[in-house]
Amino acid sequence: MDVFTDPTNIDAYVSGFLWILKLTGASAVCALLLGVLLAAMRVSPVPVLRGFGTAWVNIFRNTPLTLVIFFCYFGLYSTLGLSLADDLNLNNFWLGVVGLSVYTAAFVCEAIRSGINTVPTGQAEAARAIGLSFAQTLRIVVLPQATRAVVAPFGSILIALCKNATIVGTIGLIEASTVMKDLINSYGNAVIPIFLVFAGTFAAFLIPTGYFFGWLANRLAVKR
Amino acid sequence: MRIKRVAAIAAVGALSFAMTACGSDETGSGGSGATGIVGKAESQKKLVVGVKADQPGLGLQTGSQYEGFDIEIAKIIAKGLGVEESGIEWKTTTTPNREPFIQQGTVDLVVATYTINDERKQKINFAGPYFIAGQDLLVKADSTIAGPEQLDGKTVCSVSASTPAKRIQSDYPKAKLQQFDSYSKCLPLLANGQVDAVTTDDIILAGYAAQSQYAGKFKVVGKTFSEEPYGIGLKKDDKAGCEKVNEILKAAASDGTYKAAWDKTLGSSGKAAPELDTTKLTNCGSV
Repeated sequence: MDVFTDPTNIDAYVSGFLWILKLTGASAVCALLLGVLLAAMRVSPVPVLRGFGTAWVNIFRNTPLTLVIFFCYFGLYSTLGLSLADDLNLNNFWLGVVGLSVYTAAFVCEAIRSGINTVPTGQAEAARAIGLSFAQTLRIVVLPQATRAVVAPFGSILIALCKNATIVGTIGLIEASTVMKDLINSYGNAVIPIFLVFAGTFAAFLIPTGYFFGWLANRLAVKR
Repeated sequence: MRIKRVAAIAAVGALSFAMTACGSDETGSGGSGATGIVGKAESQKKLVVGVKADQPGLGLQTGSQYEGFDIEIAKIIAKGLGVEESGIEWKTTTTPNREPFIQQGTVDLVVATYTINDERKQKINFAGPYFIAGQDLLVKADSTIAGPEQLDGKTVCSVSASTPAKRIQSDYPKAKLQQFDSYSKCLPLLANGQVDAVTTDDIILAGYAAQSQYAGKFKVVGKTFSEEPYGIGLKKDDKAGCEKVNEILKAAASDGTYKAAWDKTLGSSGKAAPELDTTKLTNCGSV
């Protein structure tokens, strides 16, 4: 079983999962910010913003992520010449983050919107009655309650995001799934063990994440 | 309640049955057994040949048709074994599944840009080589890159963990390496100028350069820096079949069918047909 003792393989394994973590982290932050913004647009009184938010969600939620990532690389970078970093790997990384973020933001937006529906209408009406603007109502009254209701869905989205990050491998970032494929290529006799190690690593990260978000959801839930 | 539970168990059972059913139609073809390909060709007049489906000029699938140099070589061999073209069943193989396909009998022989090396010889038997390829560079027609030593600071595109990519990493570490899961992704980047060169075996590059949409845009540098003998993969114990294939190749080299196969497929790349060096044919595993 020299597959798992060879130091170059271990390096590849570690760097593969580091890329996954970095992709997940960067995309989670971008997607959260973008998603909140989109949700605000979708509930705003301005028809153009509502239309934009709806269009974004419908386009990206219904497009395969592979295509979104492909477009980021072959459309934005290769054809339109948008380069996000000089270093080859970093450029691939940021293009991947762009793709993952715009895609995941659609799901974040919908989660928040469903959270907004859990906030009783009286809350927004009362806020309006004491003279708060739309932005203030959203920021001070509605969103804090809405986000606390959707912590558990956020956990699911984060887990999905982490697994989706492997798709960035198709645009040439050597992340975990690419490393796995390469190892299987060169160690055809150990396909199952290699697969189990990589699947197991994902599970080891993600199962605790799921429980953590479950616990957090309980703690933060608005008691009504 | 009780009925619900029974129904649920039935549903789960049906589902898992459906899933196993999906997985189990892999058997069926191949598996000719101990008689080897000579015996199978004689008795059944059929052969299953593993080929590449994504390499223009060598093995390219368009619809249900396969075409390319590997395909022509396979046809020559089938003919030599007494199998008509209609008796050949083409099967798409990829780089990682070639050895397992041969070992499990899914295919009878593999003609798929298959480099003969010692590691693979431990698992299967090789006839041939029918072509000696070498790692080379594909660059834009107006590029000044004339060899691998000029790659310092340049971006090179290849397939991740492939032999060519590994060689660039170890021998030319100053080159920046962009890795994908297939060569076809490298070509638009080369056309748009994001990568300076694409590297793999010269014959594969020639196939890409000969594609109509890239005609005249790219050139193969023509300075190979490795030697990749392409063989025909057979079952490890099929020594008779291997020797028969070598005989067929020898005959094809002398009667001109080998050259005709080249001219029909890779000839459009502008490269003249190579000589098939029959002295280099493998000894089929005998020591």
